Amino acid sequence: MVRRIFMLAVMGFFLGTGLAQADEFTRKDLEKWQKAFMAVVKEGERLFHSPLGSNKVSCDMCHPNAANTHPETYPKFQKQLGRVATLRDMINWCIQNPLEGKPLPLDDPRMIALEAYITWERRGVPLAPGKH
Amino acid sequence: MRHNLSRRKFLKSLGMAALASTAPLKLVEVVYGQKIADKFTFAVISDAHITHIKGTRFVRNFDEGLKKAVFEVSFIDPQPDFVVFGGDLAQLGKKEELEHGLEIMSELSLPVKWVIGEHDFYLDMGEYWQEHVGPLYYSFDHKGVHFVVLNSILTYESWIQKFKDPMERMLNMARLDNPHGSPFMVGKEQIAWLKKDLEKYSPETPIVVLSHSPLYKIFKPWNFWTEDAEEVQAVLKRFKKVTVLHGHVHQILYHQIGNITFMAFMSTAWPWPYPVSYSQLPNAVPRITVFMNRADPFKERDGTGWSYLDIQDGYPTQYYQLWENAPRTVYYDPQLGYPVDRDYQDPARRIPPQEHY
Ligand code: HEC
Ligand SMILES: [Fe+2]
Ligand SMILES: [Fe+2]
Repeated sequence: MVRRIFMLAVMGFFLGTGLAQADEFTRKDLEKWQKAFMAVVKEGERLFHSPLGSNKVSCDMCHPNAANTHPETYPKFQKQLGRVATLRDMINWCIQNPLEGKPLPLDDPRMIALEAYITWERRGVPLAPGKH
Repeated sequence: MRHNLSRRKFLKSLGMAALASTAPLKLVEVVYGQKIADKFTFAVISDAHITHIKGTRFVRNFDEGLKKAVFEVSFIDPQPDFVVFGGDLAQLGKKEELEHGLEIMSELSLPVKWVIGEHDFYLDMGEYWQEHVGPLYYSFDHKGVHFVVLNSILTYESWIQKFKDPMERMLNMARLDNPHGSPFMVGKEQIAWLKKDLEKYSPETPIVVLSHSPLYKIFKPWNFWTEDAEEVQAVLKRFKKVTVLHGHVHQILYHQIGNITFMAFMSTAWPWPYPVSYSQLPNAVPRITVFMNRADPFKERDGTGWSYLDIQDGYPTQYYQLWENAPRTVYYDPQLGYPVDRDYQDPARRIPPQEHY
């Protein structure tokens, strides 16, 4: 009981100082961040529809609207790799094979853009990690 | 003689002699063994999408798909009556692609019935095709069945006119998920021709229509769609047995609308997702279709293949030859009045890879 009162007093102290406002953001901030995100989606869409490898083949030829990429199922076990793989592993797999190209570094801005576009086209679908 | 020689040469050039006794060919023999008089067979190769890279280089993957189909069709024994090519021989309608594709196809010693696809058309609006392949639409009779080949990939003139050059137009049509695309159509002129062509046939004559796009409406955003499909269906309405066979969708797909049975062809190049896999928009994928297996991305030829069809008593059976999967057989069931899969139609018999999401 004594402890509870003490806790409340401490919390009251922090609230009173106004520190809780440190990470508040405005509607305008939200719009700005969404715009920044959508710019990356747009770039991802462009890359997805461009020949990223050496043979003029592009992702959209086999994945219109990024269909059949199933980002919500990653990470998942890929029996052909013999391990749990990430979406980025599979993006690179398709760049190296159907597109006959060089894999992208996992933190390459182009990789992030591709992931942003693929995920955006799948928005609203519940997460299903591990699903085949 | 010439045919034998060239076939042997072809075999050698592919280094695939060992394949001469693959399972699909055996299956054909069994079917032929029944010797039913009012039945004939033709093979189908479709959607090869031969892609030119530069100079003499073409995308290896897609070349291999078409070569494999041509090779296997060459070895069906006895040979089918003819081969249907379902359209999209080229990727961007380029002379190099059409020439290279025709060269691979020329290894067949069978007559080929050509259907044009949008990828063959929108660079030069069918000029090369008409000069080197054949007419864009035509009809013929075969063993009591009337065949009609349509050019179903026409579109609005205003869309055709809006591009600065032919390649820009081609690229815009080639992009399946193009939000600024334009729907396929058969058009008034061809529908009038079709009416006239069918005039002299009785309602008892079995009709087989070959088109590139499905002559019904599945999913407009990917042009799994023909804008004036209902008008074509209306012209076919008075016939008792009508089958529409089409390419473009790169997947096992079948449907029944009234008197018309629809079946799609596989592609030799790559499989397409079913529109049910795109979560953002509604679709009208036929409920009776049992989907093909989801492709294994680690097997280049998975989800591709060719097929052959029997027409018996005017009813179709399609035998899908799938390179990394067991074959699938879809036939029209006169009792049910619609097409069914021989092995998987019963939901209790379906397997997990047939679920697409
Ligand atoms: C020639 C056809 C082809 C091309 C081109 C292609 N892919 Fe794929 N990809 C496939 C097939 C087939 C699958 C298996 C689909 C399935 O699981 O249903 C696949 C699977 C994937 C997967 C895993 C999906 C899953 O369910 O696990 C991802 C991610 C992917 N591709 C991304 C890409 C990207 C990014 C590109 C372009 C760099 C690309 N693909 C180009 C054919 C292709
Ligand atoms: Fe195609
Ligand atoms: Fe097509």
